[in-house]
Amino acid sequence: MTSNERRAQRSLTRRTLGWGVAFLAALALLWIGIVVLLDPDAITGMIVWLYELVGLRGQAFAIAERGIQEGFIRLVTVVFAILVGVGGVWFLFITGNALIEASPSRARRHLRPWLFILPAAAFLGVYLVFPLVETIRLSVTEDGGFGDNYSFVLTDPAMQIAMRNNALWLVIGTTGSVVIGLLFAALVDRVKREAFAKTFVFLPLAISAVGAAVIWRFVYTWRPPGAGQIGMLNAVWTAAGGEPVAFLQAVPWNNLFLILIMIWIQTGFAMVVLSAALKGVPTELVEAGRIDGATEIQLFFRVVLPTIRGALITVATTIFIAILKVFDIVFVMTGGRFETEVIANRMFNEMFRFRNFGRASALAVVLLIAVIPIMIVNIRNLRRQGIGT
Amino acid sequence: MTAVVDPGTAISLDTTDPAMRRRSPFGRFTHNPVVRISVFVIAFFWTLPTAGILISSFREPNDIRSSGWWEVFVHPFETGQWTLENYGNVLSSAGMGDAFINSLVVTIPATVIPITIAAFAAYAFAWLRFPGKSLLFAIVVGLLVVPIQMTLVPLLRLYGDLGLTGNFLGIWLAHTGFGLPLAIYLLYNYISTLPHEIIESAAVDGASPFTTFTRLVLPLSFPALAAFAIFQFLWVWNDLLVALVFLGTGSRTAILTAQLNELVGSRGEDWHLLTSGAFVSMVVPLVVFFALQRYFVRGLLAGSVKG
Repeated sequence: MTSNERRAQRSLTRRTLGWGVAFLAALALLWIGIVVLLDPDAITGMIVWLYELVGLRGQAFAIAERGIQEGFIRLVTVVFAILVGVGGVWFLFITGNALIEASPSRARRHLRPWLFILPAAAFLGVYLVFPLVETIRLSVTEDGGFGDNYSFVLTDPAMQIAMRNNALWLVIGTTGSVVIGLLFAALVDRVKREAFAKTFVFLPLAISAVGAAVIWRFVYTWRPPGAGQIGMLNAVWTAAGGEPVAFLQAVPWNNLFLILIMIWIQTGFAMVVLSAALKGVPTELVEAGRIDGATEIQLFFRVVLPTIRGALITVATTIFIAILKVFDIVFVMTGGRFETEVIANRMFNEMFRFRNFGRASALAVVLLIAVIPIMIVNIRNLRRQGIGT
Repeated sequence: MTAVVDPGTAISLDTTDPAMRRRSPFGRFTHNPVVRISVFVIAFFWTLPTAGILISSFREPNDIRSSGWWEVFVHPFETGQWTLENYGNVLSSAGMGDAFINSLVVTIPATVIPITIAAFAAYAFAWLRFPGKSLLFAIVVGLLVVPIQMTLVPLLRLYGDLGLTGNFLGIWLAHTGFGLPLAIYLLYNYISTLPHEIIESAAVDGASPFTTFTRLVLPLSFPALAAFAIFQFLWVWNDLLVALVFLGTGSRTAILTAQLNELVGSRGEDWHLLTSGAFVSMVVPLVVFFALQRYFVRGLLAGSVKG
């Protein structure tokens, strides 16, 4: 080995060492950041320290004596969290990458992808894969074990109502959203100011389910007979000569009133996707149909619908998944009382209120089983498209 | 069929978007009154409930209690019936002001942090070779539709052991974890369609994969990054379940959705608070909706399958 080569070798080693230290420093900084964020007092301490650092002794004393404004702490916490979360992660990637660049080329090629993947893989592992396996385990070991938990899910009278309601939600909610969405998409295609008209139907999608629940509670609200009705539905109903109805307690129709809220939210989604699909229908196909003398209705059902079948399935599946897990609407509107229980709401109560972790896990597993076919189809499509190979 | 719409697809409500001005071959413009009235009726009924709470939130509490909100149209210009007091009350005494700040505190880091992590992973999946890649990616796609309920019990226990419950850090990390499959998938779809020539010519010019990523891929992926950011922002902002489980309802940490739910439980007949409170919780999503409509629609569509 010539002296030149040796020198190069040494400088490479030194660089590797340097970046190695920097990489460890990045890890340490992330760790410190997490420790600080875990302890609200540490943020106050940090503010005091910063004030002293820039020479604002008076400010630091004032904080030590009188405490600090809650809002200011929160602001500092957010800024700090973004600095640690984004800065720390970038620092980790940059130093890790430099470390890899300094290593021999074979190792470089093999290591780099893992550096890019690892943080994401760690998060997925901790927050999705581990809990997934653990939930399945808990559902067969906690509380009364497998037999107890699953017989509760399948045979308990309250659960049977929940299962029935989930089925109602899935069928009526999905069909309602898709049909109205499709209808509106087809109609709005033929009027002026199409985008403007769509905005109104799309808007509920931006609102939280809790917000939507409050909106609809107001629509359904009830006053005793004789008092002026302030809820829209009861106002219309009594004006038509009916007695006021407590809609949310009217078993079994109350389920329908809750499902209506979901349709109100999801129709916008169906409408936008299906509208885009309608615009993708080949012109020749439609023109050929028109020349053959098909009416617009025939054209729609025989030509247009089969062409947008893919989009229809996508929309229906997506809404199906969303409705399967419906929780907020029921939780806020009725809390599952008056026979409006659904699986996800019951799961929340078993977990959070009654601390029956085994039952809660078994309920979650039921939801998982319902999405497994969709999961399989998605992964299969992935293979067919050759993605990820 | 994939249950996720490609973020690059030009689906939008934006009137300035040329693709939106185009009619479908099926839809010819019509003067048919039935069509126009139907469109109007559906749009009208879809807006009515929201209009009800918006108008009520500006009325005197006594008026809300005694007459329907539609009665303001009898004499809309009688200024005495309008008030801003409900908003003052709901923001201060009903705790929605603090909750608003908490929502921002939760949402901003929970949106920003996953983007970096997901972008690196998506780039590796799209352009680097490593063993086990297709299996890992299949796992990511599988996790896309896993109901969030599947994760709650173990995480609740884990958080209890670590002392993370009721702490903002806990919910940032949780939302990062829950948002990642979608983020990776969405960004992958976009990054993998970038032209080969661009990526390869960068390599020929001696750029390392890291430089290619930061200088070329990230800036080019802006539409997908924005779409995901908006989707994640709204998802976290509007979420109730994760917030209840990991933050609870204490006044120091309750976010808007949790606080509004609390109000429904404790002051369910105080419609002046509920209507104004609901509108406080909706105002940010509505601003995002109107200001960033194009990215908003893409993000929402692309991400609507999230667990």
